[in-house]
Amino acid sequence: MTEETRRVGRLSLTPAVALLFVWMIVPLGMTIYFSTLHYSLLNPGTESFVGLENYYYFLADPAFLASMRNTLVLVGSVLAITIVLGTLVALLLDEAVVGRSIVRLMVIAPFFVMPTVSALVWKNLLMHPVSGLFAYIATSLGLTPIDWFADAPLLAIILIVSWQWLPFATLILLTALQSLDEEQKEAAEMDGARAISTFFYITLPHLARPITVVVLIETIFLLTVFAEIFVTTGGGPGLATTNIAFLVYLQALIQFDVGTASAGGLVAVVIANIVAFFLVRVVGRNLDA
Amino acid sequence: MARRTSSTRKWVATLAAWIVGLVIFFPILWMVLASFKTELEAFSIPPSFVFFHWTLENYAAVQGRSDYVHHAVNSIIIAGGSTLIALLIAIPAAWSMAFAPSRWTRDILLWMLSTKMMPPVGVLVPIYLLYRTFGLLDTRSGLILVLCLGNLPIVVWMLFTYFKEIPKDILEAARMDGATIGRELVYVLMPMAVPGIASTLLLNVILAWNEAFWTLNLSTSEAAPLTVFIASYSSPEGLFWAKLSAASTLAIAPILVLGWFSQRQLVRGLTFGAVK
Repeated sequence: MTEETRRVGRLSLTPAVALLFVWMIVPLGMTIYFSTLHYSLLNPGTESFVGLENYYYFLADPAFLASMRNTLVLVGSVLAITIVLGTLVALLLDEAVVGRSIVRLMVIAPFFVMPTVSALVWKNLLMHPVSGLFAYIATSLGLTPIDWFADAPLLAIILIVSWQWLPFATLILLTALQSLDEEQKEAAEMDGARAISTFFYITLPHLARPITVVVLIETIFLLTVFAEIFVTTGGGPGLATTNIAFLVYLQALIQFDVGTASAGGLVAVVIANIVAFFLVRVVGRNLDA
Repeated sequence: MARRTSSTRKWVATLAAWIVGLVIFFPILWMVLASFKTELEAFSIPPSFVFFHWTLENYAAVQGRSDYVHHAVNSIIIAGGSTLIALLIAIPAAWSMAFAPSRWTRDILLWMLSTKMMPPVGVLVPIYLLYRTFGLLDTRSGLILVLCLGNLPIVVWMLFTYFKEIPKDILEAARMDGATIGRELVYVLMPMAVPGIASTLLLNVILAWNEAFWTLNLSTSEAAPLTVFIASYSSPEGLFWAKLSAASTLAIAPILVLGWFSQRQLVRGLTFGAVK
């Protein structure tokens, strides 16, 4: 490599690195600074240093525990649903299906629907307790329709978000399945291995890494689910569907409590960083290969 | 050689796959159908699947109720603008890391990945206040800026994984022939890089089009893209389902088509090259 190449290389890398650095450091620094202030947008000019008090208020607030629980339940359930169903759908699409490309288009479509659309369509057209399609199906079967957003609001959000992320899991697992050596599976079949043991001893180990990737990437996005809650429940009823992201939003832009919201934002950053730590390791290993 | 598949297995799998596909696709289909019904039919029980009075009145009403075209134009400008600027910044960076790597390259790449991990709520407060101070709230340039920086790591990563696959020998050969870096870029590298750049562009437009955290928090009307426009239907006013469906259909149709074309790039882009 010539000296000129090296120089041009450094030069062309600089803008991206500098911009991302500023984008990360400046707001994050401000969040840290605000988190130590008593700072309300309703009383501008009265900011005062309060040390770690905001963290105490945020973490001791019952709303924090409730939203932490909701966040964990939401992330955990959506992960479980999308990984299990995603694996099954991927295995199905890996079969010699007639019209596979059309089926695949239908399966991945939800991923391209903007979150506000999916949430409102599910809420009004499907889950409405009187004239939603689910209510109609339940009534036809002689069951009592569920009033989703009153009786099981968090479950309703979980279903909507799972529908949005199922295509992602399916698509990645399907891509991984298709790279699985056909001959390997064939050999296993020749040896008289039953489908179940082929799945557990050959397919599943092969899927371990892509599943890890799906879990980590989905977690990053699921930790900050926002729009779906914003347009359907507004975090309610009560705190039933408030997650950490929505709680921070409420404190910042509804209650105008900048200090506490900043402390909450940093708590979210810490949680995401724990996940990111593992993701960077998985992807980094791949970089060397 | 393909596995021998018994025809029973094939037909059972086909039947199951189509049922699964239709179930997953159903909410979208149902929405499109509802957009052609009258409000009364969209609300009626039992619901009708095909035998209703097909109408286009909702599509007209959507434009009348709240300027749909205005928000669609915002979406196009914001998604397109943020993508183009991100590409302008990312192409040189990805080129540099793929073709002139230094001992820092690996660390820089992983650091960029980690910036994408930062949850937007972590910086919501300062960004909101900065935007308020500098008059960027509810402006298209404000949204372009935030979406551009937010997606920059993904753009750099995707381009990097594509550029890395271009054989280096070709550049060596060009250099032997006395090509300068400028010529090398324009005549040798660019033609080979175009498919990768196009895929990156496509994926990023999709991500920016559907972005619904910053757009909901930083825009209200003037700069509001379609995500925010649709959210305005969350407070119902009388019978509105058919209109909601029409507005939604219009909002997702273009991106659904783009998305279908970019399936494979999606896997690559969203997994940072970890799954291809």
